[in-house]
Amino acid sequence: MLDDFLIRAILAGLGLALVAGPLGSFVVWRRMAYFGDSTAHAAILGVALALAFDLSIYAGTITVALAVAVLVTALTARGQAMDTVLGVIAHSALAFGLVAISFVPAARVDLASYLFGDILAVGRSDLVWIWAGALSVLALLVWRWQKLVTASVNEELAMAAGIDPRLERLALSIALALVVAIAIRIVGSLLISAMLIIPAATARRFAATPERMAAIASILAALSVLTGLLASLYLDSPAGPSVVAAATVFFVFAQGVRSR
Amino acid sequence: MTALITSKKLTIHRPGTSEPVLHDIDFSISPGEIVTVVGPNGSGKSSLIRALLGHMPLVSGMISRRKELRIGYVPQQVQLDRTIPMTVRRFLSLPHWVGAETIADALARTGVAGLEARQLTELSGGQFQRVLLARALLHDPQLLVLDEPTQGLDQPGMVGFYRLIEDVRNQTGAAVLMVSHDLLVVMRSSDRVICLNGHICCEGTPQDVGNAPEYRALFGAEARGTLALYRHHHDHDHDHDHGPQHDCAEHG
Repeated sequence: MLDDFLIRAILAGLGLALVAGPLGSFVVWRRMAYFGDSTAHAAILGVALALAFDLSIYAGTITVALAVAVLVTALTARGQAMDTVLGVIAHSALAFGLVAISFVPAARVDLASYLFGDILAVGRSDLVWIWAGALSVLALLVWRWQKLVTASVNEELAMAAGIDPRLERLALSIALALVVAIAIRIVGSLLISAMLIIPAATARRFAATPERMAAIASILAALSVLTGLLASLYLDSPAGPSVVAAATVFFVFAQGVRSR
Repeated sequence: MTALITSKKLTIHRPGTSEPVLHDIDFSISPGEIVTVVGPNGSGKSSLIRALLGHMPLVSGMISRRKELRIGYVPQQVQLDRTIPMTVRRFLSLPHWVGAETIADALARTGVAGLEARQLTELSGGQFQRVLLARALLHDPQLLVLDEPTQGLDQPGMVGFYRLIEDVRNQTGAAVLMVSHDLLVVMRSSDRVICLNGHICCEGTPQDVGNAPEYRALFGAEARGTLALYRHHHDHDHDHDHGPQHDCAEHG
């Protein structure tokens, strides 16, 4: 069964959808959209390093994404504006990544598949990485759920309850770095944050509690994966962008519904 | 009975600078006592609260809290975000899950019974402050800490809220530490008032403080109103535990 490229693509997409719901909700609640986008773009540098040193793509992207998260936290703690820091680090990492990739002849052809994803080429080992990553991020989020939600509502209330908001921010940065790494094969560096934000933003209209928003977002992300893959099959359109386009169609339809 | 929180010679700086916000603060609050901190903007009221809660590093001095002190906290101006869906019921279960009955009781106690299913963003300012208070009361606190709890409320809402706090104190025996701008109203329901301006200018019963020249120097015309109020309401004698300590006019 796993021999079929379409089945593997569906399984990979569903793995991402499972974790995109809850993590995407935090990205929306805490206005981390730009942070997510920047981390994802910087991951291209990780791809370049992995190809140059013949390492796993996942190891390369996780390392770079984590480094970006740590660097951004350190620099903003020294009083730099968050969006400036992100703009400098993320875009320079993307630029260095693109330059570095140009020196790896075999990778030049492949560049588009990292920018826009190549879900139909997902192999068995990719599936293992994607599901292991998705399940560990989900476990992290479930473990810290109450603390994360409290810190997202109000940091002072969280501190009064003995929660350290910086620790929760770090947990989310790590989760984001892992998800960037697993999503780069699926929807590509440029569209990862769309996969996090669009289903969560759609789910907001139907949810009365944080938990329901996260669950509905996961379901919407899964539907987007299935619809997008189907569309790409019939229209012969690129799979990753088709998945994001499907998520956007759901978002637009949801605008017609009265919000909660 | 021993104090719930005590501070000795407490000094703290504005975060990230070496500019002192507060210096040499000797503070204590006893079980069941309502203490109100008043002072102009930037006088360090909120910093004092944060330091006593342990959210701010001390430069010098010490703070001691009673062992396993249960504190219920209502922070200043909780900004609500439309992006996070949150019912009143769910909000009261952050960060510890709480049963439906306990939630209903807490809401009833603060006069907002039956609001469980409402979104926080749909509440009026007064309802939201009462929900925050209900949340602070959930785990049977020995001390309630409220930082400007009536900001954004109109005059009747404010008076009602302070009456509620007095009721809560009378029912639960919890001590209350408040920061407030509402001089006239808040002082009426306090046992003790601390007038702050970087240091403790004066402290004592509301009448003492209302009469203190330091207080009148800080608050001017508004203080005269308080004084009139206290001549009117408190024409009996008080025990004078806390006299005015030093002169505020010489403080920048």
